[in-house]
Amino acid sequence: MMALKLDRRTWFVIVLLAALALLPLAAIATDSDYQIAQFRRILIFAIAAVSLDLILGYGGMVSLGHAAFFGVGAYIVAILNWHAAREVPLFGLMLGTHNVLVTWIAAFVLSGALAGLIGLVSLRTTGIYFIMITLAFAQMVYFFFVSLRAYGGDDGLRFPGDTVVLGLIDTENDVAFYYLVFGILCAVLYATRRLVNSRFGLVVQGCRENERRMKALGFATFRYKLACFSLAGALAGLAGALFAANESYISPSIMHWTRSGDLIVMVVLGGMGTLVGPVVGAIAFLFLEKTLPDYTEHWMVVFGPILLLLVLFARRGIFGWFLPKEDRHGGPH
Amino acid sequence: MSLLLFLEQTLNGLQLGVTLFLMAAGLTLVFGIMNMVNLAHGSLYMVGAFFAASFTQWTGSFFLALPLAIFATFIVGILVEAIALRTLYARDHLDQVLATFGLILFFNELTKIVWGPISIFMDVPPLLSGRVELIAGAPYPVYRLAVLGVGLAVALGLWWLIARTRLGMLIRAGASNREMVGALGIDISRLYMLVFGLGAALAALAGAMAGPIYVVEIGMGDAMLIKTFVVIVIGGIGSIRGAFVAAVIVGLVDTFGRIVPAQFGLPTALAEMAIYILMAFVLFFKPTGLFAARA
Repeated sequence: MMALKLDRRTWFVIVLLAALALLPLAAIATDSDYQIAQFRRILIFAIAAVSLDLILGYGGMVSLGHAAFFGVGAYIVAILNWHAAREVPLFGLMLGTHNVLVTWIAAFVLSGALAGLIGLVSLRTTGIYFIMITLAFAQMVYFFFVSLRAYGGDDGLRFPGDTVVLGLIDTENDVAFYYLVFGILCAVLYATRRLVNSRFGLVVQGCRENERRMKALGFATFRYKLACFSLAGALAGLAGALFAANESYISPSIMHWTRSGDLIVMVVLGGMGTLVGPVVGAIAFLFLEKTLPDYTEHWMVVFGPILLLLVLFARRGIFGWFLPKEDRHGGPH
Repeated sequence: MSLLLFLEQTLNGLQLGVTLFLMAAGLTLVFGIMNMVNLAHGSLYMVGAFFAASFTQWTGSFFLALPLAIFATFIVGILVEAIALRTLYARDHLDQVLATFGLILFFNELTKIVWGPISIFMDVPPLLSGRVELIAGAPYPVYRLAVLGVGLAVALGLWWLIARTRLGMLIRAGASNREMVGALGIDISRLYMLVFGLGAALAALAGAMAGPIYVVEIGMGDAMLIKTFVVIVIGGIGSIRGAFVAAVIVGLVDTFGRIVPAQFGLPTALAEMAIYILMAFVLFFKPTGLFAARA
């Protein structure tokens, strides 16, 4: 039988995805439908965490500004919806739109383009400088949106959220929207898995291990890293777009630098360089964030040291525990 | 902008600059010598300010409280180094980012537990409470001048320490090649501890002095921390001289960035972007900052 040949990793992924697929049904069965929006939120952050894993785990680029791309994606959707609702032309040219085919793709493309621009400057630096410059760019983007008073500035922007996807799925329908987000997560996982095992992905991983050697082999490493960085930004933008559709409200706080830190925590907590790990990490992180405050108001005084211990003793993350030792960085599958 | 406003803002900018320098001087050494990313430096700034507020209340004197706060934060810094950070030096930057990010959460929350969530307003010490007419027609707070003076004095003292003493020689050597310093028989871990304690003390001084000007509150170190990063990166990691030059530039750009856009009717939050644009600009042309210690 096929099933006998499946390794632990595949089993883990199957069980995880099956559990996520059954989650809304379980929620309905136990009369806790109100939880479904919260579950969607988890999946959305999972997509963002997977995108960060591309550069963090596979590219070895420690970016402390990933939330900026998430935020830009969310703002693009929010602003287009807002204009459509008020029938105020954007830049005096075009009306906004509720059509997700336009807004979500715009979020994907424009976040990717922004990441490309930021990467163009940031990737000239390495080490601590790279961490700091990605943080600085994210701060720039953050304060840009704080300064946009027309779109609420610090207070954020509320916009009508009813959107119909391709005439089929209504985002007002909790369950349907959940499965849409779940489908997108699965597609992102599949695509990124294919990508990291492709020639492109192997070159990027080569740069993580030893960029000088890759250069000596004749690879234009800068271009590979830039493409990887842009793609991660675009995927984060897509996650941001879903987030905006989920909440119907956004504010600059979603791209505060600590949110970038949270994304890193999700990736490492789940298992860096595994793609599936960050999904687990996002679930665990948001679960802790939600439940720890029930025990103590000062939960961060516990959570902070947990991070420290995680770094010191459990570096492979939750998913990493399920893998054999030599499989640490994912590797071809 | 009138000339008076210009001069007043220049003084404000310089005062912010020296405060940033106090933060950056210690941190750039930690970055440079230990090749370590420490996000928790802003927490020491905050802890220093809270200590100063409490000690001022207890002793009734800001001038007594200041050295006490510095010493207490020095101890906190040493403890943090010994318990949490020491094991991280050999780890990669990602681990350091993550662990010190955890420390920020910890310190912010611990401060909230100890001092409560309410901001503390510190009074300017009576001795320094007046204003002085440095420039005719523009009275300037004495306290801010004192902060500027202390900052410059500390900068001079640090220059002396780094350029003229044996400890300074070791620090400079450590910043350019720490393995070599270790191989030559210097006790690196003691040097690290001293440098970290020194950085904590300087951050406490900056925080304590900032108390009466701004407000002592949870998370006050976070905003300061990121500005300090900008200073360090512009100045070049590991360089005290670079930190000083960059701190003054960033202090001035940040201060003027707050009033110049307003004069053209632009939102002031745009001003917050100025220093980041400056940083991106510098790094585009010099990816290792203006005065990198490590070639």
